[in-house]
Amino acid sequence: MEPPVTQDERATRAVDRLGIVLCAAGAAAVALTPFVIVKANRIAAGKPMPLAALAGQPAALALIVMLVVTGLAALFSRSARARLVVATLTLGLLILAIGLVSAAVTPPGSTAARVTPGGAFWVLLAVLGLLASDALVKLRLTPWMRVAALAFYGALLAVFLLSGTLDSLSIMKEFATRADQFRNEAVGHLLLAFGSVAIAILLALPLGILCFWVPKLRAAVLQTLSLIQTIPSLALFGLLMLPLSYLAAHVPLAASLGIRGIGTAPALIALVLYSLLPIVANTVVGLQGVDPTLRDAATGMGLTRRQVLTRIDLPLAFPVILTGIRVVLVQAIGLVTVAALIGGSGFGIFIFQGLGQTAMDLVLLGAVPTVLLAFSSAVVLDAVIDSIRGSSP
Amino acid sequence: MSASDTMIEIAGVTKRYGETAVVDDVSLSVPRGAIAVIVGTSGSGKSTLVRMINRLVPMTGGKISVGGRDIMSLPATELRRGIGYAIQGHGLFPHRTVAANIATVPQLLGWDRTRIERRVDELLALFNLDPAAFRGKYPHELSGGQQQRVGVARALAAGPEVLLMDEPFGALDPVIRGKAQDDLIAIQKQFGTTVILVTHDMDEAFHLGDRIAVMSEGRLLQYATPEKILAEPADPFVQQLTGTAGRALKLMSLSPLKEGMEPPRPDLAYGLAQNVSLRDALSEMIWRGIEEAAVEDGDKAQIGSISMRRLLQLGRRP
Repeated sequence: MEPPVTQDERATRAVDRLGIVLCAAGAAAVALTPFVIVKANRIAAGKPMPLAALAGQPAALALIVMLVVTGLAALFSRSARARLVVATLTLGLLILAIGLVSAAVTPPGSTAARVTPGGAFWVLLAVLGLLASDALVKLRLTPWMRVAALAFYGALLAVFLLSGTLDSLSIMKEFATRADQFRNEAVGHLLLAFGSVAIAILLALPLGILCFWVPKLRAAVLQTLSLIQTIPSLALFGLLMLPLSYLAAHVPLAASLGIRGIGTAPALIALVLYSLLPIVANTVVGLQGVDPTLRDAATGMGLTRRQVLTRIDLPLAFPVILTGIRVVLVQAIGLVTVAALIGGSGFGIFIFQGLGQTAMDLVLLGAVPTVLLAFSSAVVLDAVIDSIRGSSP
Repeated sequence: MSASDTMIEIAGVTKRYGETAVVDDVSLSVPRGAIAVIVGTSGSGKSTLVRMINRLVPMTGGKISVGGRDIMSLPATELRRGIGYAIQGHGLFPHRTVAANIATVPQLLGWDRTRIERRVDELLALFNLDPAAFRGKYPHELSGGQQQRVGVARALAAGPEVLLMDEPFGALDPVIRGKAQDDLIAIQKQFGTTVILVTHDMDEAFHLGDRIAVMSEGRLLQYATPEKILAEPADPFVQQLTGTAGRALKLMSLSPLKEGMEPPRPDLAYGLAQNVSLRDALSEMIWRGIEEAAVEDGDKAQIGSISMRRLLQLGRRP
């Protein structure tokens, strides 16, 4: 027998729950926080301007209209496809509008004036992003379609950046004065993050296999690595400075290789150390998850120990190992920012310069690319993991 | 029995873990082309004994020869590639297709690709799996019975003279298990493979075994033909394992009708096929309420007769 449906239940079913939360957050942010903040110079206190006050601008007006449409779609539309299209259009319009609005409110002829995105912009960005990614999840895209979606959003952002639409925005002005340095730091950030993870994989994979083969070793290795994981990153950088500067001072070869107490060497070593535990642990767990009867069958058919490892154990444990690598890569991309404190390169340089100068726009110039990089890496690696799992569950 | 007729020779083999002997001074020999079934309760050492033949478990003492060759005289991996190995729950590699699974040993032996492909298709067809449909499938796409067949096909891929099977049908339901056992007998006859099969199921042992080895607590209690195990159990434990209830019927299930029939007689209304067991013939005659039936060959021509009286005689303790 069908249970009777009350009026209230029908109402809550008709309205999307996530939609209610997101709409409430978006509406509150638009009502209570500024869309942009206009400052006389980069460190001065600014004048907040809410979205409602900017309704005279065509772009801002269009944005308000689209936000209402999106709100309705988020609350009442059942089609994930429709929600995705609306959220993506509004997301594009949001970025376009912040560019056009900042160009319009910048006092003419002023090079010192800065227009910074306010709370409303960031909240709307998050809300629309969540709405779009929720719709993407509901569409059940194949792993490679998700990467394609990521590439599409990346291309959308690139179009806005290259077209100069956002050039009046404070963060882009900070970029304009440091374009060369930004490129260097970007390369440095990528090299440190991916390089440390690559080295960690080369060390952790054999160590994980060894821990799996020799159970006595397992507890000792995992506990030591967990201990390293608990050291705060700043403290670990500091701890490494002493032995490395000693090495540099007393071993000419080390010095000629560029090893010093500060800079890339301690940053790289610390990042590698942090990356070891998740990969070693996941390698052990992944190998433990392989059905032992498969190993028995393989050995019984005459595979050598190495063949059992490379043809049976590692391919079957690979998705779990890759999950560990994904954790480590996202962690490393974030941690590289801290390495800037001891002279490592990376986007962290802008964050710490900005904090020192109380210039929040400069902090954003370091933080936003770091977040985008970490997010993209996670999406791509998740897709790789899912595609492997999907082909042989 | 001359030495050339012996395929597997196990002589005084012992396996000890510390003080406890899991296999205690076991000797037995399996003739070429026979199916020997090792039966026992769990912990009897039956699996350990078989796993010593392909050196998955190192022996503590004794000697094993396969095809007249001491198994210690060649590297373990080379020995194993020459011996088929099938285990409970099939042990198929989930990340490899059916074809790649079957090709495992031929690949290790360095066969060329066309030869491997031909062999894979041949085996799939032999096990009633359409090669075109099953070659590219993954193990999780197969039913339990199909997985088991692929497991045996993989064990036979390189045409081994000896096949070791450790509870190969343990994971199958009774109907599919009976079919799988019949398939094994048919294929074993066709290839002339010598099989050692481990099971805890006495009925399976009687169904498959030319010889049955009964093990308990590491010792070999009796190694004989199924008839002898039934008629003259060497140990109270063997008798307990075979069970005294229904032993006449068990004995009758071991011989085909053709072996017990009498000369043909005219005017018999009902005919039985010559290859049904005495037990099934008895059952059929009770069911139909007839005293006498004709025995027919494959073309339904009468080659003998069987009476109720004769059947009851055949079921008597030998």
